Amino acid sequence: MSAHPTTSRFIDNATEALADPQLQRAMTNVRSGFIDKRAAVAAKLPEFEALRDSARDIKNHALAHLDLYLERYEANVTASGGHVHWARTAEEARKIILGICHDVGAKTVTKGKSMISEEIALNAALDAANIVPVETDLGEYIIQLRDEAPSHIIAPAVHLNATQVESDFRRVHTHLDADRDLSEPVQLLTEARQVLRSKFLAADVGITGANFLVAETGSSIIVTNEGNGDLTQTLPKTHIVIASLEKIVPTLEDVSQILRVLARSATGQEMSVYTTFSTGPRRAADLDGPENYHVVILDNGRSSMLGTAFQDMLRCIRCGACMNHCPVYHAVGGHAYGWVYPGPMGAVLTPTLLGVDKAGHLPNASTFCGRCESVCPVRIPLPKMMRHWREAEFERHLSPATMRSGIKFWAFFAKRPALYRFATSLMMNVMGWMGRDKGRFSSLPLASGWTDYRDFPAPQGGTFQSRYEARRKSTPNNGRAA
Amino acid sequence: MRLVQDKSGSRAPRVGLFVTCLVDLMRPSIGFAALKLLEQAGCKVEVPSQTCCGQPGYNSGDRATARDLAEQVIRSFSHCDYVVAPSGSCAGMIKAHYPELFADDPNLAPKAQALAAKTHELISFLVDVMKVKSVDASFDGAVTYHDSCSGLRELKIKTQPRQLLGTVKGLTMVEMNESEVCCGFGGTFAVKYGEISNSIVEKKTGNITESGAPTLLAGDLGCLMNMSGKLAREGKAIEVRHVAEVLAGMTDDPPIGAPRVSAQS
Amino acid sequence: MSAREEILSTIRRSLGVTGQEKPRLDTINERIASAPRGLTVARGQLPHAGQVALFKEQAEATLASVVDVDSYQDVPAAVADYLRQNNLPAQLRIGSDPRMAGLDWGKTAIELSHGPSDGHDLAGLNHAFAGVAETGTLVMTASADNPTTINFLPDHALVVVSAKDITGDYETMWSNLRAQYGKGQMPRVVNWVTGPSRSGDIEQVILLGAHGPRRVHIMVVKD
Repeated sequence: MSAHPTTSRFIDNATEALADPQLQRAMTNVRSGFIDKRAAVAAKLPEFEALRDSARDIKNHALAHLDLYLERYEANVTASGGHVHWARTAEEARKIILGICHDVGAKTVTKGKSMISEEIALNAALDAANIVPVETDLGEYIIQLRDEAPSHIIAPAVHLNATQVESDFRRVHTHLDADRDLSEPVQLLTEARQVLRSKFLAADVGITGANFLVAETGSSIIVTNEGNGDLTQTLPKTHIVIASLEKIVPTLEDVSQILRVLARSATGQEMSVYTTFSTGPRRAADLDGPENYHVVILDNGRSSMLGTAFQDMLRCIRCGACMNHCPVYHAVGGHAYGWVYPGPMGAVLTPTLLGVDKAGHLPNASTFCGRCESVCPVRIPLPKMMRHWREAEFERHLSPATMRSGIKFWAFFAKRPALYRFATSLMMNVMGWMGRDKGRFSSLPLASGWTDYRDFPAPQGGTFQSRYEARRKSTPNNGRAA
Repeated sequence: MRLVQDKSGSRAPRVGLFVTCLVDLMRPSIGFAALKLLEQAGCKVEVPSQTCCGQPGYNSGDRATARDLAEQVIRSFSHCDYVVAPSGSCAGMIKAHYPELFADDPNLAPKAQALAAKTHELISFLVDVMKVKSVDASFDGAVTYHDSCSGLRELKIKTQPRQLLGTVKGLTMVEMNESEVCCGFGGTFAVKYGEISNSIVEKKTGNITESGAPTLLAGDLGCLMNMSGKLAREGKAIEVRHVAEVLAGMTDDPPIGAPRVSAQS
Repeated sequence: MSAREEILSTIRRSLGVTGQEKPRLDTINERIASAPRGLTVARGQLPHAGQVALFKEQAEATLASVVDVDSYQDVPAAVADYLRQNNLPAQLRIGSDPRMAGLDWGKTAIELSHGPSDGHDLAGLNHAFAGVAETGTLVMTASADNPTTINFLPDHALVVVSAKDITGDYETMWSNLRAQYGKGQMPRVVNWVTGPSRSGDIEQVILLGAHGPRRVHIMVVKD
């Protein structure tokens, strides 16, 4: 799914999304659920704002020393008996992972939720190599059944309603009694638990992402509520971690600071149910745990973001708060964005990974309301980054010609105040006169995007500057009353 | 109107009124309301030659045009003690973004900083700088208030309009749900992504209607035109005005989007 | 050039460094060595009795059940109570933690199975390394004594935590862990467990018992 981005048809995607009543109903859960919960939990912690600053500073420090912390991390993973692999591109990462799976004769692979594995289109590669990937996060499992991509970075099935999930379970779990009752969500959960339990136990390899990589100890961290990530990485003989290189954090204390803002920003919990710190394969004295522990560190464009206007984006801890609060995301959902990363963080990151020529709509489809930045736990200036993309498009003549010429036309007058005053006064008198009876226009040339849906108020007529000037000239004391 | 000297006898602050292109072109009465409020507060107001703050170009990625227009504003207004705009969006452009626009220009950077430091949105200027505690106005009925995004998030405008509206005789304030959520205007966004913009403004008009207030106020004309246009298309009778009009007691003009001339013959 | 070399050199080029600069190396060595604690959250900064009380309150808020147990000797009976109250058979999966092994399980009717869980256990018990009062979080460390699978596979996860091992915040817990394992050393896995398994993936309704245990029952031993 993720191998074929549809970012360039964002407007068509949005139209479909807006016309989809199931999706629109599902999206109301985002507005009422995530937003209120985050606000409530933030209010309960007096240090919350200061912790956002702390998290930002820790990530900035880590990024400024990323090369050194990566080397230290690698050394510590190796010392604990693990293996570190480096992948420049998505293709290299896939090859490494397939190679490990092949070496251990893997037939089935369980997967914890990993946006990086979506980014590198891992499941399709596993399928092609006759290795069966089984998504175990409930939301990921559901969308795997539907051959869909995730529509949110932490709640992959947020675009679905329970009735849709029920019909998918009935369609796929044909070994179960057709008359069973699945009308309650908890029944769906129980069924998923049963079905996936046997897959967990049978898997040859478990693949997870990592929320963080700790340099001090060579540990990888996963954060889940379900426990699926833990079953994925504990039961099979081989555990593979796939993580992008900006996940590095220096110490256990540093990651604890960031963990305090992660769950609060994501789901409104004070702490997720399972936060797991893994360091290498099983030790001589361990009775369970994987025998092989591999970490694949992925670059895929991040190393080139350092030192640029987009470096701040590398602070992202993948909490999803930005999309939870975004009015555009609420309107169209995650699939409209056309690739792995939706919402504001997707609008900034996707052009880096796919190219601004393919993903240019994403940073443009924003009102710059700033709500995303106001809730980002690591204070990424998301609208500013989106504006940078618009500047890049403008410089490369990728923005639509009509818009470029529109701005130039406006600028021609705006740079010539006397001409501007003359022309605008004239035009507003005409427009004002044309709209005087109704007070508004229900259609306007060149502005169908506006008038297809709403009226356009008519101007009062004249302009402030012309009226002010007239008043000033006609009143003693230069227009000011005594 | 009272004398322009303030009570302490020191020179009245010289305020350059930046009316904004939307107010200039679409609804001059907001400019006159701003003028009245500033003079009542004891300011000496002038209206330097002006066109646009440069935000449309800035947000479209055309930094060169934005800089040209910004430079014009800096030149026209730098002699003022304060620059005041009846718009959080344009005041925010000058205050929050002019310094960044000229960060690498050793000549204009200090001038941009200086202008940014003395630029304010109108209502917050009255309350926070001029220490206005109340206005001498009346307005019959309930109003609801939309918190425009730039004003709210860039300039922290929230309590000030409510404070002054609370002193308007006869006025009751009814808060709508999600007053801080974007109205979907976003400048060119409303035209370029009209269908999405419509979805966002539809939620907003739903909240406005649910509040039960017959009048909608806000501090930004772009937002007001967007919400007014949608309310009209939905056939709703809610009246839309800029908050300055109510605070200045200047509500004789028809509200936004209403016929200029009475329909009666 | 290997992928590793290329990635590191791209990072260095982007940051405008060679990687050999002594001040940068000193900075990271210093940070790793001293592991600065960062911002302290006031909530857990209480006298120890207050921390234990806060731990219980926070854990219950995450839908774990919590009981006080006077001493280790009373643990078998507390476990038996739990199994009975939840209509569970008198069977328990357990590791070989010496604090549990020496107890008189015989006076209960509980049939103990030792070692990692294989997925067929209804109830399992591990001894926690610590509890963190700030969020009611249990800290479980992997070892032969306390196999990780016992934390995740059984439907009912019973956990014993000693009151003296409850800290106010995570940072204090890490200090204690380093004291036991050595600086830079970790057990294979440290699990922070905060309540029973749950998912909100169906219409954002929170449901318990996703893949991990449906119930977490914490016995705080005062001993």
